[in-house]
Amino acid sequence: MAELKLFRTWSSPFALRVVWALNLKGIQYDTIFEDLSNKSSLLLQYNPIYKKVPVLVHNGKPLVESLLILEYIDETWKQTPLLPEDPSERATARFWAKFGDDKVMLSVWNVFIKQGKDQEEAIVTAQENLGFIERQLSGKKFFNGETIGFVDLAFGWLANLLSIWEEICGVTLIDHEKFPMLSEWIQNFAGAPIIKESWPPRDKLITKNQALLEVYTSKEAPK
Amino acid sequence: MAKNDVKVLGAWPSPYVMRPRIALNIKSVNYEFLEETFGSKSELLLQSNPVHKKIPVLIHGDKPICESMIIVEYIDEVWTSGPSILPSDPYDRAIQRFWAAYVDEKWFAAMRGLRSAQGEERKAFLDQVTEGLALLEEAFGKCSKGKAFFGGDRIGLLDIAFGSFLGWLKVTEKVNGVKLLDEAKTPGLVKWAERFCADAAVKNVMPETEKLLEFSKVLAAKMKGAPPPKN
Repeated sequence: MAELKLFRTWSSPFALRVVWALNLKGIQYDTIFEDLSNKSSLLLQYNPIYKKVPVLVHNGKPLVESLLILEYIDETWKQTPLLPEDPSERATARFWAKFGDDKVMLSVWNVFIKQGKDQEEAIVTAQENLGFIERQLSGKKFFNGETIGFVDLAFGWLANLLSIWEEICGVTLIDHEKFPMLSEWIQNFAGAPIIKESWPPRDKLITKNQALLEVYTSKEAPK
Repeated sequence: MAKNDVKVLGAWPSPYVMRPRIALNIKSVNYEFLEETFGSKSELLLQSNPVHKKIPVLIHGDKPICESMIIVEYIDEVWTSGPSILPSDPYDRAIQRFWAAYVDEKWFAAMRGLRSAQGEERKAFLDQVTEGLALLEEAFGKCSKGKAFFGGDRIGLLDIAFGSFLGWLKVTEKVNGVKLLDEAKTPGLVKWAERFCADAAVKNVMPETEKLLEFSKVLAAKMKGAPPPKN
């Protein structure tokens, strides 16, 4: 029996991507929960450069970086494919996932840590980025079509963390009028059985993100 | 395949643009190279890459593909009769992709920082660059397993990702008066760099160091004249 271990934290949205991928494919694995303020020696051994979660260890060999781990999982276990077969569709999927991590995530986060005029500008940038994503959905249930795939998992944080930040700060970024398709995608994704059962407890997430937002907002405040 | 079926939008100094060109050369695919004018963006570029408005863009038939390493993987998946750019084993593929991402996100970011930094900040970036090269030297040993390239006998994904920065590495060495690739500290990489630059797929797209040095001065002048970046 192949040995598969996932190092994660209870809250990391990046580690959740790997949880979803493994669960969608029905793959058995062991979970090791890390405390990032006290990283295990195993984690540091497996991910010496970034020292982060998630780390997937397959038969003793470590894999790091969530999107790379997803590609590895898809190439190793062929059931319930995450990426399409056609090369140009694969390139498109990789493009949007990268755009999500490189640009969308930070631009959305900025909305919730900035204030006043800076926040107004941050909202414009974030909504421009989200506009690209909205148009990508163009009537499909998921970015992958009828079933959840690579890009859906990459944007999973939008279906959970975003509403938490919106609730804490009292700012709505994705409203149903401006982003009808994204709003519907959020419902569909968040409510999908495999996804729903793995969301971290909401009250714990609110407490954690409240503290996080306070720290970052005070860094951003004008001196 | 008709030549105008495959186009690369780019510019000769860009290491990112080199990547798809090397990949197409490996696959012996003819393509049209459409050079962007420095300082402006063509209509075609803005249409094909509306999200980032950046080069390179590969246009295959009527389909634009963006992001240099995504383009390289696309080329590998489409032109399957040529030599493979990625290994077949999923773990080896993951390792190649990991280091390619490291080169872009960490190592070259430090190289870019070096360009305009002064004093203590400059030393910090230089240390990061050198540490990165030590890691890459180790990775070279593991990936090449005694062969010529990170990809083995032939140039692969990581060779393309890292090798495309060699021109700018040489410019940085000249401008800063430092030796980054060094026979004592990074012997494997020194020999690899020579082999990479001499390879048939690379030779004609790797810019001459002198030409790149001249261009870097033009770039520096433009950056000084530009308004300070918003933080």
